[in-house]
Amino acid sequence: MARRVVAVKNGAGIGAAILVAVLVLAALLAVMSRAETGAGLLRSDWAAVRFTVWQAVLSSVISTLLAIPVARALARRRFAGRALLVTLLGAPFILPVIVAVLGLLTVFGRSGWLNQLLGLAGVPEVSIYGLHGVVLAHVFFNLPLATRLILQGWQSIPAERFRLAAQLRLGPRGIFLTLEWPLLRQVVPGVAALIFVICLTSFAVALTLGGGPKATTLELAIYQAFLFDFDLSRAALLSLVQLVLAGGAALAALWIIPAISLGGGQDRTLQRWDARGGLQRAGDGAVITLAALFLLLPLAAVLLRGVAGLPQVPAAVWQAAGLSVFVAVISVLTLCLLALPMAGWIATRQRGGVEAIGLLGLSASPLMIGTGWFILINPVMNPSDLALPVTALVNAMMALPFALRILVPRLRDTLADFGRLSVSLGLQGWPLWRWVILPRLRGQLGFAAGLTGALSVGDLGVIALFADQDRTTLPLQMYRLMGAYRMEAAAGAALILLALALGIFWICDRGGRWHAES
Amino acid sequence: MLRVEQAKIALGDFSLAADMALEQGQRYAVIGPSGAGKSTLLGALCGFVPLQSGRILWQGRDISQDNPGQRPMTMLFQDNNLFPHLTVQQNVGLGLRPDLRLSGAEQAKVLDALRRVGLADHSAKRPAALSGGQQSRAALARVLVQARPLVLLDEPFAALGPALRNEMLDLVAELVAETGAALIMVTHAPEDVRRIADQVVFVAEGRAEAPQPAAALMDNPPPALRAYLG
Repeated sequence: MARRVVAVKNGAGIGAAILVAVLVLAALLAVMSRAETGAGLLRSDWAAVRFTVWQAVLSSVISTLLAIPVARALARRRFAGRALLVTLLGAPFILPVIVAVLGLLTVFGRSGWLNQLLGLAGVPEVSIYGLHGVVLAHVFFNLPLATRLILQGWQSIPAERFRLAAQLRLGPRGIFLTLEWPLLRQVVPGVAALIFVICLTSFAVALTLGGGPKATTLELAIYQAFLFDFDLSRAALLSLVQLVLAGGAALAALWIIPAISLGGGQDRTLQRWDARGGLQRAGDGAVITLAALFLLLPLAAVLLRGVAGLPQVPAAVWQAAGLSVFVAVISVLTLCLLALPMAGWIATRQRGGVEAIGLLGLSASPLMIGTGWFILINPVMNPSDLALPVTALVNAMMALPFALRILVPRLRDTLADFGRLSVSLGLQGWPLWRWVILPRLRGQLGFAAGLTGALSVGDLGVIALFADQDRTTLPLQMYRLMGAYRMEAAAGAALILLALALGIFWICDRGGRWHAES
Repeated sequence: MLRVEQAKIALGDFSLAADMALEQGQRYAVIGPSGAGKSTLLGALCGFVPLQSGRILWQGRDISQDNPGQRPMTMLFQDNNLFPHLTVQQNVGLGLRPDLRLSGAEQAKVLDALRRVGLADHSAKRPAALSGGQQSRAALARVLVQARPLVLLDEPFAALGPALRNEMLDLVAELVAETGAALIMVTHAPEDVRRIADQVVFVAEGRAEAPQPAAALMDNPPPALRAYLG
């Protein structure tokens, strides 16, 4: 078509992309310099590799399979509170892992609600630790994500198809074969791949619910080699294995991972003429109730215990909360500085592999990056002095792929609609961002910033490598309280952390939509 | 004077040749069948569509390689002529300074232009709060402050009803008469041609014909034009 009207300059975007690549590659090189090639992997390391892959497979398959009936039920039923439930499906995404773990422990733990119920019925108690617990927590986080992505697909089926199906008097089997199966075949592999990749690099869940020779993920093994044995060469070797595994999986999955639109699935419910039988109705009702309970009970547990535990919270928790907010703010600012120019660059290109650079931050494990930077910083200065900036930076990089997927489509639309007008008015550089792009992107930027802030404030990862007693974030402080069996205080801290994560998300997201007009 | 010398545009299978001179103070209507390349011709003049060969000269200077913002012309598109998130005043102000740092004199100029098109009371509103006709007026106010020697219209009033469209065309005619600019407008409607055009550029079969006096041409059209007018 017409000459590409490039109003956005690419320099800053390319610079940001190079910076991200350099941050990851420098860590990788540092790690490689320490990894002793002759050492090879121990038997326990191979066990960690096997466990990492196996729990990710289980988590991904179970989450996706369970999500199909839930999405199907939500797609074809209308009931009071449906919109609220669909909104809540987005909540685990910004829920700090350690908070969710506490909620899950309260419901499914040794003396939790479920076991008390089972005890009354005389059934032997179930254990939440080990493989069960890790997979349970991953399903808790990813079932809602999978449900929303599949629901989005379901709602992309045009209304006319359902009208046609009703005219042809297709039964449940007919509807499944003509409408649902083609959709599922298209959507489900991408959803499963996404969850698999997310679970490969899971750290906090394995730290709290896994452990021991039978339930150690690679990420956890890196942490243990680093912290308990202070064996940098083994940590480095494990980091390399993790990079190959997670990076390879992420690259392979890049082509089938669906677009991430967390706002999806809310707009409308189609008028449906199928599945009106009593049995199907009851089935859908049961599925929705179970899913809602699975999602809401742990959250309710956090609230109940947290309120009770709040008075027991030590002063150190409040101090850690302050540092966590600081880290989150730095993280959000860093993300904006990286993501906006990169999005500008990506949006002016046709399509392509630039987004892969964003994905680098996700596939390269945070602990690998942390280990690498620890090795680089250690000879020069005390790494714990840089604990907070490094944490903020790594958090921003973790959020980068999500932020790019949120920002780029809107930026593309903006340039398609207003690129020619901007060029003809001579708008470029900062005025273009100031008067055109940023105002058009406000909502998306607020949402991306909210996600980043919430992920960052709740992240328990790199900080665990760097922190000392004085510089602790709230998730780490909470983990220490749990480790000391001060569960009431930990529950109080969990409530504060939950409020911070939701609050930061809400402020950013609202800020983006405040007085917004399109 | 704008000279188009042996210009050739090629986009895939489509090609268009043009060779013409456009004079100051004249009003040109560009007509022709759908898909013949009317918008493409305007895009090429404005710098959005590259020339495969030939050149465009303004007052004897070659501007073929200039960016759209540097050319002596201002164009109104079919849609998206206003930024929806900016006020009417800001939208008009962008015509003077892309960074919107307007001096007092420039502010006054913006307000004058808004008064001229009858939008003095609407300067703080956003485009969504205006009617279709008022939105067109706001875009014309920006054309007025830009005060470039050539004004190009790519059917910006197509979505308006007939009465409103005539009103806008009359306003455009007045504005270009005041500034002495040349007007080059794409249109589908023969009555628009009769209403305001002095000259007609007929685009068909891969060629943009040199301009011919409107009245004579419309009264006695050559076969290709007659086939188009029906």
